[in-house]
Amino acid sequence: MNPVATFATIFFSMILVNNYVLVQFLGICPFLGVSKKLDSSAGMGMAVIAVMVIATAVTFPLQILLLDAFDLGYLQTIVFILVIAVLVQLIEITLKKYIPALYQSLGVYLPLITTNCCVLGVTILAVQDYSAVVEQYGFGLAYAEALVCAAGAGVGFLVAMLLFCGVRQRVENANPPECFKGLPITLVSAAITSLSFMGFGGMVENIINAIF
Amino acid sequence: MNPIVLAIVVLVVLGLAGGIILVLASKFMAVYEDPRIAQITECLAGANCGGCGYAGCADYAKAIVEGKAPTYKCAPGGDKTNDAINLIMGNDTDNRPSLRATVICNGGVNCGKRFDYQGIQTCAAAAAVAGGPSACAFGCLGLGDCTRACKFDAIHVVNGVAVVDRTKCTGCTACTVACPRHIIQMKPIASQPAVKCSSKDKGPVVNKACRVGCIACGLCVRNCPNEAIFLKDNVAVIDYTKCNGCGTCVSKCPKKAIQWVEGSPRPMDSAVPEHKVL
Repeated sequence: MNPVATFATIFFSMILVNNYVLVQFLGICPFLGVSKKLDSSAGMGMAVIAVMVIATAVTFPLQILLLDAFDLGYLQTIVFILVIAVLVQLIEITLKKYIPALYQSLGVYLPLITTNCCVLGVTILAVQDYSAVVEQYGFGLAYAEALVCAAGAGVGFLVAMLLFCGVRQRVENANPPECFKGLPITLVSAAITSLSFMGFGGMVENIINAIF
Repeated sequence: MNPIVLAIVVLVVLGLAGGIILVLASKFMAVYEDPRIAQITECLAGANCGGCGYAGCADYAKAIVEGKAPTYKCAPGGDKTNDAINLIMGNDTDNRPSLRATVICNGGVNCGKRFDYQGIQTCAAAAAVAGGPSACAFGCLGLGDCTRACKFDAIHVVNGVAVVDRTKCTGCTACTVACPRHIIQMKPIASQPAVKCSSKDKGPVVNKACRVGCIACGLCVRNCPNEAIFLKDNVAVIDYTKCNGCGTCVSKCPKKAIQWVEGSPRPMDSAVPEHKVL
């Protein structure tokens, strides 16, 4: 497979087939919590894309070059959490200084991402999936693939948020039975949204293969 | 090296590096924020009701410090908050009448129905269906969008029409925004009556639709000793800067569309009542 096709496959399969929220069930907390309004779900999605890519850009080399080199793989979780927390703070300070408009619009969602399991999930799964690529093709290609994977995961999160926001606005206007009102009907509709994403299984590889 | 020592060293170094980066970042990329913003945010009611017209308490505090907003806009906080903010800002105390929400409709069960509405039970949805189910195109729909918007339990639907509990109302204006018919308005706290009809229809049309609608007959205008009432768009309007609360209009109105929402009639020769100030 040529590299462009590989990147495209990774990117789109992260969005549709392996969508972190709707297929792998990570990051459900902001998915349910912030999806009430379109602006806030879009803001949260954008912030997650940025943090996922930057976090993977730092944690992937850290894991390969430091932790694996010294046989410290078991420190992965705590080191990654530490790095993500520092990164989010750093991004917040930088945005506040240089792009105050973006800082305003992201608002409280940026610090919330520190505790988002979706981000930790992307960094850990990127290491799991692409450490084999390091041995086979070298660090450079694996690093690039991990970054594309993180970007795809972020966009997938945004797509899931926006879709579910639309679903939710319909649910708000519906009149479900009393016992289903609020969270129960939200969970049921989340499950059905997730079910629809199961239909993408195996699709992306075939399409990309057909194109290239 | 001992793996335990190595693990500790790696974590300490990473943590230290992260800490140093953050300290440097906050030092070199610090944004100066006026300390008064935090102080004023502390003083405000903290309900984030949006009654001041800003996105929340912190946003309003910022606008005050930047000189873009007056200090009296926090209705839930009342005069205590206003004084505290003026102390921080070093201002003299502002004077402004304190306002309470008033439903400018007395229809409800007095108003006819054009059709039986059985859709989604919100005013916004009902108003969107063929001009709304009530016979009057301007009146209260009585489905309680304002009740749900009120954070202070101060407005309820009684006999099909919304009624404000003026002891609980804080004047935050959330209900005026929620009402799809825009019939909730702010009235100063004083012994002055209120016109309880918003219908811009001509008299005969109003008469058919509602038993208590303003038919713009002008009796109140002619009888008001202070010339405080005028007709606008087929409905009477009271000028609260001229009204002395004598109550002539209330007794003269043939449709009982002008009512006391608070207070009681004052002597004919009394001065315009002072509006209660925040």
